[in-house]
Amino acid sequence: MTRRGYLPIILIVAILALLPFAVTSNVVLNFVVFVLIITLAAQGWNLLGGVGGQSSFGHAAFFGTGAYVSAILQVRFGINAWVATAVAVACGAAVGWIIGFLSFRAGLRGSYFALVTLAFAEVLRILANAAGFTGGAAGMLMKLDVGFWNMQFTSRAAFLWLALGFVAVGLIVCQMITNSRFGAQLVAVRENEEAARALGVDVLSVKLKAITVSAALTAVAGCLYLQYFLYIDANIAYGLWISVEALLAPMVGGRGLVLGPIIGAFTLHGLGEASKLLAGRVAGIDLAVYGAVLILVVAFAPGGVLGLLRKLRFRPQPVTKTAEETA
Amino acid sequence: MYSLPIVAEAMLNGLLTGAVYALIALGLTLVYGVLHIINFAHGAFLTCAMFAVWLAHSILGLDPYLAILPLTLIFFAIGYAVQRFVIGPASHGDDGNILLITLGLSIIIENALLAGFHSDTRSLSTDYSFNVFEVGPLLISQARLFGFIGAVIVTGLLWLLLARTDTGKAIRAVAKEKLGARLVGINVSHVFAVTFGIGCATLAIAACLLMPTFYVNPRVGGAFVLVAFTIVVLGGMGSITGALIGGLFIGVVESLCGLFLGESLGQIGIFLIFILVLLFRPTGLFGARA
Repeated sequence: MTRRGYLPIILIVAILALLPFAVTSNVVLNFVVFVLIITLAAQGWNLLGGVGGQSSFGHAAFFGTGAYVSAILQVRFGINAWVATAVAVACGAAVGWIIGFLSFRAGLRGSYFALVTLAFAEVLRILANAAGFTGGAAGMLMKLDVGFWNMQFTSRAAFLWLALGFVAVGLIVCQMITNSRFGAQLVAVRENEEAARALGVDVLSVKLKAITVSAALTAVAGCLYLQYFLYIDANIAYGLWISVEALLAPMVGGRGLVLGPIIGAFTLHGLGEASKLLAGRVAGIDLAVYGAVLILVVAFAPGGVLGLLRKLRFRPQPVTKTAEETA
Repeated sequence: MYSLPIVAEAMLNGLLTGAVYALIALGLTLVYGVLHIINFAHGAFLTCAMFAVWLAHSILGLDPYLAILPLTLIFFAIGYAVQRFVIGPASHGDDGNILLITLGLSIIIENALLAGFHSDTRSLSTDYSFNVFEVGPLLISQARLFGFIGAVIVTGLLWLLLARTDTGKAIRAVAKEKLGARLVGINVSHVFAVTFGIGCATLAIAACLLMPTFYVNPRVGGAFVLVAFTIVVLGGMGSITGALIGGLFIGVVESLCGLFLGESLGQIGIFLIFILVLLFRPTGLFGARA
């Protein structure tokens, strides 16, 4: 395993870890915690959609499964929060494997894969909304019981470090995958599935591995959301909003790059907060900005923020640039 | 358990709803068949059209059925412009990009409507909203019957347009072979935009037919868009007859699921059909081509 790519990860994590010493405002810390939770969900999406090229529109299925399993274990069975989180992440990964097995084996790709994942998330949303043991439409409220063993903290800083810890693990896992043989196979599948198969890559098993790890990461985000807000319902846990958030952040930050999700999540939510400040309290204005940013990124900066930065650093020679444009 | 008239009424209501579903799916399937893209913003455009009907009624006092003509023209123009000046240039011809751009459009439209109209649910009150016909033991809502008839007429007109006119011929040519069509002198990006415009125009008609009995809020399109996707996949992507039959079928399924499983589970049958069709017969039940 090479050591490439770990320095920026260490730097970013260190800066965020020191943040609570510099800033004490709860508004800022709340913002950072929320963005870190989104980052985790987005890291999951990025592994499958960015590195592997299988764009999912239904990562809510994994986020929601993580949140609901953890909530049910804690509320109904009184199981310790850390154990519940571990089981919930395993369940999220299992849901990922099942959805992946069904849809990849049926040969679904591109738009079809996007639609089928969306439909799976919707089925889970309707079931969670109707079933009794999930609390139905009323949702599930966790008991407020602060303490390390309950994964509940009074200080925002402590929760920030917890979320950051998970994000750091996610970053390292993604970097290890990117540097590994499996990562190379995943990129090969993204670029040309037939060619990858011809070279001896077991396409189905590579995709299944990717969606399982992807789902596990996103399920962690669901568990953290639950521990932070102590409440979920079907429209939060399995809602389209989290599928879209998980997809937007890597697109904006830099699709397929390890740092893409974290950069994208902070950029997007920073822009969202800025637009709220500018426009006042108009409902939906920050989301409208996200939609506009998505279109602009697809149209003008397919590499996202990181792609733009790279372009600025290594200005391509004029000759190669025109060659690219005519191609 | 359930008496026959109740089941029959549920099926009939399902057929009436299904026709409007079919009309909504028609635009989606046409755009897919020609541009080979999935228009994720279809539901958002429908919400827009429903708000336009509501505005026309509450500000100008325009009856929903009289609003059909002007709104159809306006939405054709909007659809044409969006495809020609936003989706086309921004996508660089990549299908995956189009999916993301239409997703971006739907987020913008939905939240702009939320900012403008807030999340309140609004409905129209016309003198005929609650009129019914009695057929034997069954009661048929007059407005919904009009919706059914309108949807069938529009489907027929669209089929005539595609089969009998030069524009239709150009659209079919572009759908089959983009490069060949360009070689014989068809302006492909114009045809793309016209097709997208027609897709939006059918939504304006659907909105006019829906509004006498339905409500509108900024999120209402989301409920329709997945149903429309299901119909399109079920009927075979790009097939107009498939969309009509698929729409009627889905309407009945939703109505019966709602009757037997309860209101909150009513839509689950639709999504299960959607997943099963995608997994086992992605070309659809009536579609020959992939």
